Amino acid sequence: MTQVKTWLESWPVYRQLTGSDPFGRGSAARSKATEATVARTATADRVVKSVCPYCAVGCAQNVYVKDEKVVQIEGDPNSPISRGRLCPKGSASKQLVTSPSRVTTVKYRRPYGTEWEDLELDTAMEMIADRVLEARRKGWQDSDEDGRHLGRTMGIASLGGATLDNEENYLMKKLYSAMGAIQIENQARI
Amino acid sequence: MPGLGASFGRGGATNFLEDLSNADCIVIEGSNMAECHPVGFQWVGEAKARGAKIIHIDPRFTRTSAIADLHVPLRIGTDIAFLGGLINHVLSNDLYFEEYVVAYTNAAAIVSQDFIDSEDADGLFSGFDPESRVYDEDSWQYETEEPAQSDAENPAEAAQQEQLDDQPAVRASDQAQAAGSGGPPIPGKPKRDETLQHPRSVFQILKRHYARYTPEMVSEVCGIEPEVFAQVAEWVTSNSNRDRTTAWVYSVGWTQHSVGAQYIRTCSILQTLLGNIGRPGGGIMALRGHASIQGSTDIPTLFNILPGYLPMPHALQHDSLEEYVADAAGKAGFWGNKRAYMTSLLKAWWGDAATAENDFAFGYLPRINGDHSSYRTIADMIEGKVSGYFLVGENPVVGHPNGRMNRFGLANLDWLVVRDLQMIESATFWNQSPEIETGELAPETIATEVFFMPAATHVEKEGTFTQTQRLLQWRDKAVEPPNDARSDLWFFYHLGRILRERLADSDDPRDRPLLDLTWDYPTHGETQDPSAEAVLREINGVGPDGKALSSYMQMKDDGSTSGGCWIYTGVYADEVNQAARRKPASEQGAVASEWGWAWPLNRRMLYNRASADPAGKPWSERKKYVYWDEAAGEWTGADVPDFEKNKRPDYVPAHGAKAQDALSGTDPFVMQGDGKAWLYAPSGVVDGPLPTHYEPVESVVENALYKQQANPTVERIDGPWNRENPSRSEVFPFQVTTYRLTEHHTAGAMSRTLPYLAELQPEFFVEVSPELAALRGLTHGDYATLVSARTAIEAKVLVTERVRPIKLRDGQVVHQIGMPYHWSYSGISTGDSANDLLGIVLDPNTHIQEDKVSTADIVPGRRPRGPALLEFVEDYRRRAGVASGRVGVNGRDPVAADAGEGSSL
Repeated sequence: MTQVKTWLESWPVYRQLTGSDPFGRGSAARSKATEATVARTATADRVVKSVCPYCAVGCAQNVYVKDEKVVQIEGDPNSPISRGRLCPKGSASKQLVTSPSRVTTVKYRRPYGTEWEDLELDTAMEMIADRVLEARRKGWQDSDEDGRHLGRTMGIASLGGATLDNEENYLMKKLYSAMGAIQIENQARI
Repeated sequence: MPGLGASFGRGGATNFLEDLSNADCIVIEGSNMAECHPVGFQWVGEAKARGAKIIHIDPRFTRTSAIADLHVPLRIGTDIAFLGGLINHVLSNDLYFEEYVVAYTNAAAIVSQDFIDSEDADGLFSGFDPESRVYDEDSWQYETEEPAQSDAENPAEAAQQEQLDDQPAVRASDQAQAAGSGGPPIPGKPKRDETLQHPRSVFQILKRHYARYTPEMVSEVCGIEPEVFAQVAEWVTSNSNRDRTTAWVYSVGWTQHSVGAQYIRTCSILQTLLGNIGRPGGGIMALRGHASIQGSTDIPTLFNILPGYLPMPHALQHDSLEEYVADAAGKAGFWGNKRAYMTSLLKAWWGDAATAENDFAFGYLPRINGDHSSYRTIADMIEGKVSGYFLVGENPVVGHPNGRMNRFGLANLDWLVVRDLQMIESATFWNQSPEIETGELAPETIATEVFFMPAATHVEKEGTFTQTQRLLQWRDKAVEPPNDARSDLWFFYHLGRILRERLADSDDPRDRPLLDLTWDYPTHGETQDPSAEAVLREINGVGPDGKALSSYMQMKDDGSTSGGCWIYTGVYADEVNQAARRKPASEQGAVASEWGWAWPLNRRMLYNRASADPAGKPWSERKKYVYWDEAAGEWTGADVPDFEKNKRPDYVPAHGAKAQDALSGTDPFVMQGDGKAWLYAPSGVVDGPLPTHYEPVESVVENALYKQQANPTVERIDGPWNRENPSRSEVFPFQVTTYRLTEHHTAGAMSRTLPYLAELQPEFFVEVSPELAALRGLTHGDYATLVSARTAIEAKVLVTERVRPIKLRDGQVVHQIGMPYHWSYSGISTGDSANDLLGIVLDPNTHIQEDKVSTADIVPGRRPRGPALLEFVEDYRRRAGVASGRVGVNGRDPVAADAGEGSSL
């Protein structure tokens, strides 16, 4: 008899019809599988404090890491601004990190080329340095037509997105200014 | 930015999101906050729950409108007329906050007798040069009390600087934006008439200027019934007084116009007259669109400014540090310390190589001498003038208007470096762009070398974002980036390291700035990632003792202090990364001063001295915020006072006082040369001291106010790849506006590539009204083609009453089309790019494009494919009387291209 009762009570519809959860949205809907399920946030190795990279509200995020992989990103309830909430984009931001279509190696397209080619990161850095020095030289202006000091190059331009960190923007402006590049712009213009 | 900067002294939101909950009325205008800043919108919800009135002024009915008590669907591009109507209502019915206006604004200032208002010259202010299309601002100035209290140190220099200010090459260099922290310089303190009755007082000029902006005029221009206007006026004014405050919220629905800065100026004038600035539940909330767009102007990658809104040195003006600071030397307000800020920046960059003897290496900085902004540079690329281009987390061929022009720019480079997470369209223009299909581009003709350099995501690097309320929040690194992916900090640090190694033996003077640069950041990990914390500390600055500074007030002009961005000084106070503070909201007060760090000096609400009356008492118990504590002899309250802590409310500057000492105890706008909020801007805004209504460049309506149809100083970039739809053209009879969706982010690289988001918003569509659908035979769910003088694109049709035709008083019906701009050909969800339809015309203050309003035609069905598309669009141009849009190889001038010249012209 007890066995039958246990068997019957393991059946959600029975519990829904006889128990305190007539709409089947709570205890009646739970199964053995439910009981065995543990949230990824509970088993993460660590929680790292971050900030959503989309709009400028600056919602605080908790990033859950297990085995050096991001397993979940959630809103941080401690934030006085976002109070733990995230919008659809912020909620999807784990996919931004783990996206299978992310390109994680250097790709190179040569002049008049029709295909991408692979390139070592170090090689690419050296090639870019070559081109920066050459473009800088080619576009260099010591002074304007009236002899006023310019000390700049018109050969190099840059456009940075507004998801750059302050520290990144700072190093960019510092380096570009030192090399004499002035056509330095940002999404903030847009 | 110049809108807020010129009005109040700093180009940032005056308040913070949580403070919106203290408002008694919130007007959201030029923003769809519920959908574009959904989590911030909860504070509007809080305000509503407490009984606040919520008004949404926007051409489209959106989820923001659904929550609002009132939706005001004004015609696209007419906000100045609407706000001007409110200003007129406030002034003609004596509804302004008199004590506040007299004490804290420049209403009492007397303006030069040479000033002629646009009302008296059919839409042009005095000083306009029709040839250069630039204003000479001399006639807009105040009548000053004494000749140049400020110029005493070097009168000749200062006078020369002022003359140079008016040169077109200087104007084009956008010095206006330098008002981001520190209002525009003025020659001296103005004469004042505290009764506000002097006919040349700012107050009387304002009254006359907006006298014609009646409810009837608002109705004629904006298409808003006088009763609806009256309801807005009633709610706003009855909620703006000692006991009550109204907040205004805007976003790029205001900035992206040919008169964008003036939109913000109009709001600033209104909010100032109503006494809502610097008070809880008041203010102007500028909602930025990206995680660190505020940070990207504070520490700019922008051509015209250096960190902390210090202007880039100009070839015509700034040969020496002395000349560079001449406009500020001896000036009142914190702008008066410009020399200390600049010297500290130079010391941060060039360390021991920056000495008093060599002008602190001021000569190392490159000089600007014109418009070097993004769009100008694209045109220069097409002409072969630019060799190399770095795109760092930016996808301009989708995110910028006129994608075709942008792609032609990229096709004429020698090399392009793209740093991104995904293979974005700006990296694949050479083999996948729409112009490959039309035959205008082909891989075989494009010499551009492309380097795709994989980037790290926000959780794979450490650093700070500055969000919309000037708040810096530090992110810790959660995991290492995969494979070759690196942070942008890594990329630029190591690029700099390699360049310096290459040049190590150079004796060429032009290499000195690179070789003398301080570039020794500690690195960590296998990939040798530079320490962002070390960079942040350099930004903060250090004193003579080698310890981190805690305030920019400690900066010296003798080279004994350094600091990369003076407005961020304090973020590393006490050698602690203040931006990393995460004290839970539940454990601190409503202002939450211990969560992150806000510039300046952790002040969360700017100009908060104005939350108290001139004597230093709160205006009311209900709106108590920062006030004078006589017993303690200091300002105190819920926030850090945005005022010198111990400056008494009755302090009067001594004759000859300088910098902050020249501001009185009743001057809350401490970055302004006169300490006041500017109702009238004698300088700092290049298209007029007062905002006035002009039609958008592409409008189907005649300007009801003036013969002058559009902003006379609007900036154009001419070429076959950027043709303009003529104003009031029958060929392009409909207005178009672009916008964002909740589920996508700008050019789409961060959203169209994500399965969840692509599924939520799977395809490109346009919103049209049932009336327009009937007029053009468009069917819900079918395709339509939109055409402009740039190109034609196709989208699914969404017929909805959310966009409504506007009926103007003379019977003209204006149809408006709404168009989200996130799509292009890459990613999971694909479609034509809305921005391809738009041209580039720019606000002369900011060089920001007018993409919130343009014109187009719309017809049923899909667009032509291949070369037929070119003929289809060319036919439209012919019919509209527009010059040909045909281009030669790689988008170059057809003649030059026929001559067979290569990309390196």
